[in-house]
Amino acid sequence: MTITVMKLDLKGLSCPLPIVKTAKAMRDLRPGELVEVLATDPGSVPDFTAWARSTGNELVERTEEGGVYRFVLRKKG
Amino acid sequence: MPARIVVLGGGVGGTLAANLVSKELGGDARVTVVDPTGMHVYQPGFLYVALGQANGRWLARDERTLLRNDVELVVDGATRIDPEAGAVELSRGGTLAFDYLVIATGAGYAPEQVPGLIEGSHDFYSLDGAQRLREELRRFRGGRILVGIAGIPYKCPPAPVEFAFMVEDYLRRRGLRERSEVTLLSPLNRAFTIESASKLIQPIMEARGIGLSTFFNVESVDPSGHVVASLEGEKAEYDLLVLVPPHRGQAVVEASGLGDASGWVPTDRTTLQHERHENVFAIGDATNLPISKSGSTAHFEAPVVASRIASLVRGTAARANYGGRVMCFLETGDGRATALRFDYEHPPTPPRPSRAWHLAKWMFNRLYWETVPKGRIPEIGRRGGNER
Repeated sequence: MTITVMKLDLKGLSCPLPIVKTAKAMRDLRPGELVEVLATDPGSVPDFTAWARSTGNELVERTEEGGVYRFVLRKKG
Repeated sequence: MPARIVVLGGGVGGTLAANLVSKELGGDARVTVVDPTGMHVYQPGFLYVALGQANGRWLARDERTLLRNDVELVVDGATRIDPEAGAVELSRGGTLAFDYLVIATGAGYAPEQVPGLIEGSHDFYSLDGAQRLREELRRFRGGRILVGIAGIPYKCPPAPVEFAFMVEDYLRRRGLRERSEVTLLSPLNRAFTIESASKLIQPIMEARGIGLSTFFNVESVDPSGHVVASLEGEKAEYDLLVLVPPHRGQAVVEASGLGDASGWVPTDRTTLQHERHENVFAIGDATNLPISKSGSTAHFEAPVVASRIASLVRGTAARANYGGRVMCFLETGDGRATALRFDYEHPPTPPRPSRAWHLAKWMFNRLYWETVPKGRIPEIGRRGGNER
């Protein structure tokens, strides 16, 4: 299976918009596919961690650089 | 020649900004408010209408009675804005010229964005909707009530939580509580976006037996099966569904190419100027600012816009800045309430719910007409952090 990466630029949006937009976008992915999310809301760190745990989608990567948080999530399969 | 200032929208922000700028500039300005209905509606009252605690009469007044005599009111819709030419086209034909424009057109609703929402759900985000919900609640004989939101952003963020608390109260008073369940559907893992408010609210929800369904972002409603589905893949059955409809910016903003993809006006968070047009300002629900869409936000933004326009007209340095100040009451049922006061730099630290805050909210509801639109601003909830 090919793993495509979808990119979501959610910088500047405040909680809970990043979660909602990601949840919406991930509907269009197939199981196992990855999405990369960029956000600036510091609240997105605990929110994405908890959201991934609760929904079964895997939080593969979480990094921060210059106030931009980058999350990579794998759609549950 | 006096400066021509046109304000689109006769809600909290538009009315107050028009009154303040006309007072400040006097004969140096001609201020015109354009509003499609000419009626000013106090939207926080819808919640009380839905729960049978108020009737619709005190919620609307003739906008003319709220404006200073020297402010002109045009009862008409705006269909297009041309910021370069300084012109607003009106629904009934004709054009209004402006030197400065204030977009205070509020938010519109887009229930069609969620399949089944119109047929399957109730809301209290319009007077009609609140009245229909009140009738539905009167007929309610027990069952499962789900409360939530069907889109983000939405006006008055505490409203769904308030409704959950107040409807639980209502069911107890009607002797239906034993036969009913009340559950709040939340897009996050907590009851409210603001963490400190969630910490205060959740124990009270627990004590009242109000359920919390976390990470439930509404995707669609099945009106015949009485089931609501989430983006996360969950389904929940209901007997009565109360969902805040999705919001979007107004058509005139989109038609004029002045909004973002959802029709919100790209606005500078401090000066409240349009990001691309110096002579255009935005207030309240119409902006794209990542703060609460609420009357309180508009109320605190209006003096900044009025003062900045006055400075531009006079050619003096503009000093008024918006610091993100918002103040929201939050009813927790049982005749108690708390308050959320915050700004860009300071998250809220809500006080323990008390009767005093509930009475303050009632008092504010009553005093609104004589204070807020006319610029007689009660300093309730004042806190630091706002530069104004």
